[in-house]
Amino acid sequence: MSAAALIRAGAPQGARPFERHMLGAAAWSRLPAALAADPTVALLALWAEPGVVHAAFLDEAAGVPLLASAPAEGGRYAALSPVRPGAIRFERMVRDLWGLVAEGAVDLRLWLDHGRWPVLGPMSANPAPMPGAEPPQPEFLSAEGEGIHQIPVGPIHAGVIEPGHFRFHVQGEVVVRLEARLGYKHKGTLALMLGKPPRAAAAFAARLSGDSTVAHGWAFAAAAEAALGVAVPPRAVALRALMGELERIHNHLNDWGFVCNDAAFAFLHARCGLLREGVLRACQAAFGHRLMMDRVLPGGVATDIAPGGAAAILEALATVEAEVPALMRIYESHASLQDRVVGTGFLDSAHARAFAAGGFVGRGSGRRFDARSAPGYAPYDLLAPSVAVETGGDVDARLRVRVAELRASVMLARRLVAELPEGETMAPLPPGGGEGAALIEGFRGECLAWLRLDDGGLIRGAFLRDPSWLQWPLLEAAIEGNIVADFPLCNRSFNCSYSGVDL
Amino acid sequence: MLWPRLARALLAKPLTDPPVAAPADTVSALAERLAATARGRLGRSLAIREVDSGSCNGCELEVNALQNVAYDLERFGLRFVASPKHADVLLVTGPACRNMAEAMQRALACTPEPRWVVAAGDCAVDGGVFKGGYAVHGGAGEVLPVDLLIPGCPPSPTQLLEGLLALLEAEAGPGKK
Repeated sequence: MSAAALIRAGAPQGARPFERHMLGAAAWSRLPAALAADPTVALLALWAEPGVVHAAFLDEAAGVPLLASAPAEGGRYAALSPVRPGAIRFERMVRDLWGLVAEGAVDLRLWLDHGRWPVLGPMSANPAPMPGAEPPQPEFLSAEGEGIHQIPVGPIHAGVIEPGHFRFHVQGEVVVRLEARLGYKHKGTLALMLGKPPRAAAAFAARLSGDSTVAHGWAFAAAAEAALGVAVPPRAVALRALMGELERIHNHLNDWGFVCNDAAFAFLHARCGLLREGVLRACQAAFGHRLMMDRVLPGGVATDIAPGGAAAILEALATVEAEVPALMRIYESHASLQDRVVGTGFLDSAHARAFAAGGFVGRGSGRRFDARSAPGYAPYDLLAPSVAVETGGDVDARLRVRVAELRASVMLARRLVAELPEGETMAPLPPGGGEGAALIEGFRGECLAWLRLDDGGLIRGAFLRDPSWLQWPLLEAAIEGNIVADFPLCNRSFNCSYSGVDL
Repeated sequence: MLWPRLARALLAKPLTDPPVAAPADTVSALAERLAATARGRLGRSLAIREVDSGSCNGCELEVNALQNVAYDLERFGLRFVASPKHADVLLVTGPACRNMAEAMQRALACTPEPRWVVAAGDCAVDGGVFKGGYAVHGGAGEVLPVDLLIPGCPPSPTQLLEGLLALLEAEAGPGKK
């Protein structure tokens, strides 16, 4: 039986628009073998609730997500990590938060739990008080060889950047192995969402990763709307897309500038920073917040576009569009910069596929996936955005994907402003419960949200999956064989979210 | 391509925003606090070490924006440094996550006196939306001694600049130019 058929044989749970199938423990334990035989079913996420494990897959043939669950009998379930390496960190996280153990897991080490919480298994049915002993020293994977040294970096890093620990094994200047240890920013987001109504819990989705506040806010809102059967007014849908494209533009400009800065090319950093500042000021004028935080809410958008906001946006976009070609010519013709970015941080397409990496990380290594196209969602069904793909797999390729996307986003945003439908900006949420999920393309890749609401409309189960879960491990593959000094460049070319994966 | 643009930029008007002023009441409140604790004076510059103790990264975006052409914090004598050992100020963002508390304390211990701690953003002020959860202590003040709060979610670069300038003016003290 194929993996997709095995999943679909499970009892449907009434989740919308992507059905969730409840498998028995025995059926779930046949899933690893079925997945091994069928590489077209990609793993997007793994999470849990007390005593139950959930997984989201992407049926790549159909371009549609497929959700599966199974009871974790005796607190255990069959691991997917031996056949889907993207599951490795999810399994570690599920154990830290819910106390459920993946049998046969590739990696059983702690991940988010650094031994500093007052409880063990904080999201399990019965969290146990922590013994209060000295937090354990983390174990890192080793590398053997002549003259190998370790370089520990972080959690606090030299620049203004999020905290995380990187353990390098180097031989001279060359990185032989990199392992990241994250979890420093774990805020207990999912636990804080439980028991709240969707409009109140939206603040947590908006703050999963501040740079993707619109994308995660939209995914969360869409999941709630799917659960409750809410039709979002067309004007709100268009405004969400406009905010989403502005978010894509300001982040891609930011990354372009910072990657060049990491190669000590300050000119592009300065110009991109200024263009980005113009976009953020236009967002402030139009939506009342530079980053557009808390502007997407379940039911629609929090505020309509302000008078003069559209003009401010169009002006900022025109400035960006006018300058990008010149900046690209400078980027491409500056030999010392090209020497740093071309051939550096190479991620091969096999790894990108094996991890189902999305965003510019996947698309820079030839993996054609963009949630705006498939599964797709309004208003992109009408806008039909192009998908930018490069095959170079290096820092340069990931930058080229961003620049292509940023140019496309400028045109999309302009079109959204011109064609903004009239009407309401917020629909009421009906009483009652339901279950919903959504996949929204943020600037880093697809943001997944899943919600289960009880009959009182309160959240009983939630998961917010930042695209970086499937990209962070690939940074470790991309840096191998590069010099330590190129790490900031490689790291920035991935620009994975620390907060997004730390929950 | 590049060199003609740089030459034109040198001859053109600067793109930087006009300077902001530090809010007078913040300056006087800080000056009282600093006089009371009798710390040494540093003159007209501050070296800042940013410490993210668990933010959503929205604050980091706005702190980074301080270094862009429009805000250009270095013209005020403010600059970011790579190590707490080089710093006068720790600029803390995010709720004080339990997994970051030790790093926060070690950073403070490495920061030579006179030193100040600025809590930037609603999460650093009191834990923000994350307060009360098992994973956070609360605001930065639960782990470090905080001298100045800059609220906002995130605070804009202008609000950050006003707060940092208030600190700069207060510690420069009367009679120092």
